[in-house]
Amino acid sequence: MESVLSLGLALLLAPLFPGLILKVKALFAGKKGPPLLIKYWTLIKLLRKGSVYSTSTTFVFRLAPLVGCAAAIAVLLFFPFAGMAPVVSFHGDVIVLFYLLGLGRFFTIAAALDTGSPFEGMGAAREAFFGTLAEAAVFAVLILFFRLNGSLSLGGYFTGSQPISITGSQGALLILAVVALFMLLLAENSRVPVDDPATHLELTMIHEVMILDHSGPDLALIELGAFYKLFLYAALIADLLKPAGLAGPLANILFFYGMMAVVYLAIGVIESVTARLRMDMVPKYILTSFALVFFAIILTLEIA
Amino acid sequence: MDSPLRIGNGEAVPRSRIPRIDFPRFLRMLTDFVHCNGYIVQFFAYAEGERMRLLAVLRNSDLHVVETEVERDFPSLTLMGGTKFHLFEREIAEQYGLRPNGHPWLKMVRYHANATGLPDVFGNDYRVDIPGNYDYYRVEGEAVHEVGVGPVHAGIIEPGHFRFQCAGEEVLHLEIQLGYQHRGVERLLTSVPQRRWPVLCESIAGDTAIGHNLCCCQAIEALAGLEVEPGARTVRTMALELERLANHIGDLGALSGDVAFNPPAAYFGRIRGEFLNLLLELSGNRFGKSLVRPGGVTQVAGAEQRRAIRSKIDELRKELAQVCDLLFSAHTVLARFEYTGTVKRSTADRLGLVGPCGRASGLEYDVREFFPTERYGELPANTNWATNGDVYSRAMVRRDEIMHSLDLVERLLAMPEEAYRPVLPAEHKLAPASFVVTLNEGWRGEVSHCLLTDHNGAPLRYKVKDPSFHNWTGLAMALRNQAISDFPLCNKSFNLSYCGFDL
Repeated sequence: MESVLSLGLALLLAPLFPGLILKVKALFAGKKGPPLLIKYWTLIKLLRKGSVYSTSTTFVFRLAPLVGCAAAIAVLLFFPFAGMAPVVSFHGDVIVLFYLLGLGRFFTIAAALDTGSPFEGMGAAREAFFGTLAEAAVFAVLILFFRLNGSLSLGGYFTGSQPISITGSQGALLILAVVALFMLLLAENSRVPVDDPATHLELTMIHEVMILDHSGPDLALIELGAFYKLFLYAALIADLLKPAGLAGPLANILFFYGMMAVVYLAIGVIESVTARLRMDMVPKYILTSFALVFFAIILTLEIA
Repeated sequence: MDSPLRIGNGEAVPRSRIPRIDFPRFLRMLTDFVHCNGYIVQFFAYAEGERMRLLAVLRNSDLHVVETEVERDFPSLTLMGGTKFHLFEREIAEQYGLRPNGHPWLKMVRYHANATGLPDVFGNDYRVDIPGNYDYYRVEGEAVHEVGVGPVHAGIIEPGHFRFQCAGEEVLHLEIQLGYQHRGVERLLTSVPQRRWPVLCESIAGDTAIGHNLCCCQAIEALAGLEVEPGARTVRTMALELERLANHIGDLGALSGDVAFNPPAAYFGRIRGEFLNLLLELSGNRFGKSLVRPGGVTQVAGAEQRRAIRSKIDELRKELAQVCDLLFSAHTVLARFEYTGTVKRSTADRLGLVGPCGRASGLEYDVREFFPTERYGELPANTNWATNGDVYSRAMVRRDEIMHSLDLVERLLAMPEEAYRPVLPAEHKLAPASFVVTLNEGWRGEVSHCLLTDHNGAPLRYKVKDPSFHNWTGLAMALRNQAISDFPLCNKSFNLSYCGFDL
């Protein structure tokens, strides 16, 4: 029951946090910024619209938003929010869930190629390439967690008697993991410095360009899927930063969402103080996160 | 040895004084001229009765004019003299149906039927809407792909078609096709009453309203023998500088927005608005429309306006310095700007780039310094140090020019106040059978208008040239072997006019 409630809360709150990023960016630019609930309004607006389909697209194009959003929700089923037991958990679920995200990405790419537009093909190529590199880094993180905790499920990482936490005995290694995960979060969720969610310039886009042809409820599903994906990465970091011995579910939840807000604020700050990377520097950036985690893994070997 | 006629900027000369030489000598003269550090200001065709003539305005440290007579075709000057002629010749072919034989890449410019009724040089059927009757340059190969952008873009920008030939992310070739906003400005100008000329010229390129209109008014003044009072000249100079300030500041903001560095984009955007408001203070219009008219200006700037401008400039100078520092000291921004979209000096020279883009590549040409009009003769020139030809240099030139223009406006405000009267719209009698060329340094570079009158003093040919006409090819060259994702940044660093090109 507790798990289902915490999942429901997460699903409900996920669109709130991107509004926070916009607010921070606006403050840096000396503007008032949109209301905090802007993303909810955007979703409602999109859901009330009709969809336009190009005659050159097939069922793949219509399927992709659904699969993408469903995959993102399915992944959250495995997530132990605020130290609560996840709704679903089994040995090795981490591998399943990252490939569920991979499935969503596959369909987004397939839909982009389905439109036959040269832009979308270009965006798809970039997404596939950078996604492949990011996968290496993600799995390095999983290897690190396995070495620290011996578990192969998300629930096992953050619940139970020996949760992975920065305040734990091997917290120093986790600083590297937190930094790497934050870099991955920016890369995997098309944020600055890898992608620019606010740009209108098709040639520079990665993720945005692939969804140019989607409209109405389809676009709403894609947006929602993106919110959940970002929420997942941020929640991973928030759980890592959670001290081990917090008493009571309320304290846990408050701390968790407080940490989430900090992560999103950090995204907003990063997006305000850095420019985007040149496209050919992105692989270097992603591999840097891989190198950080890999270094942490080597250190665990030392400890063992 | 033939020599072209040396003329002054905005100096009316009887057309009988322009040397008319036969084509082989014309070709040799122009070819020699551009090979000896000469550039082309204007090169266009006009018809007088049954006769077709080509007229060229050239510049080195002086301005020169020469013309020749041609039949239906002529040997291409591009072939002999180089790329400086290429677009001018294509324009001549399109506007008058005269074929430059042997032109290496004879392609339409704006996609419209010619004025003479001669068979179309490009074999186009202009009843078809889209300028698509053309095989774009193609690179073949397994890894090569083609990306077409526009003419309808995702943002609110002007229409233009960009065709990229790419190998992966690398651009091998960029072809730019414009003409979607062709309105027939030149032909319109010779067919409407003279009073409407300034109004039309203010609309050639909305962001260069002062620049184009100033050229037009100076041309009318030269041909009608009008004197402009020094006080009015001060206001015109100030308006041109304010236009430059607003646009350069907007450009720096757009550049930082393109690399997703938001704070300066927002600040520059606001400051740009402040300068547009100063133009509003001067003229009652944020783009300075209806300020400049033949014979002077329509609004007298009183002590109140001067005070308002002076205090605003004091306030904005500090802010601008700070925001520029914010932009140019961010290493993530520099990583994007430096070595991106480089146009080497030799390339810029071969293409004859003008304005900030030319200066960023090391071509020291500024109309304000070389052929000063209005009050520019009394004002100091700017020197820019960044001459690598990359995005960074083009941004840096703008930064330098912003600071320089602020100085110029302050100097203009400090000049002793001279009384002048506002001018009213009037038809002026133009000198018959005369010719005038006017040049001004608009914020994009050399804006130039040519006006030829017939023996009654009626306009025979009005030729407009926006600096973008020179610089679009520069953008295409800047993209060679660049990442396609850097195109928007390169494009913004040139920030060329679509409608100024399309006319």
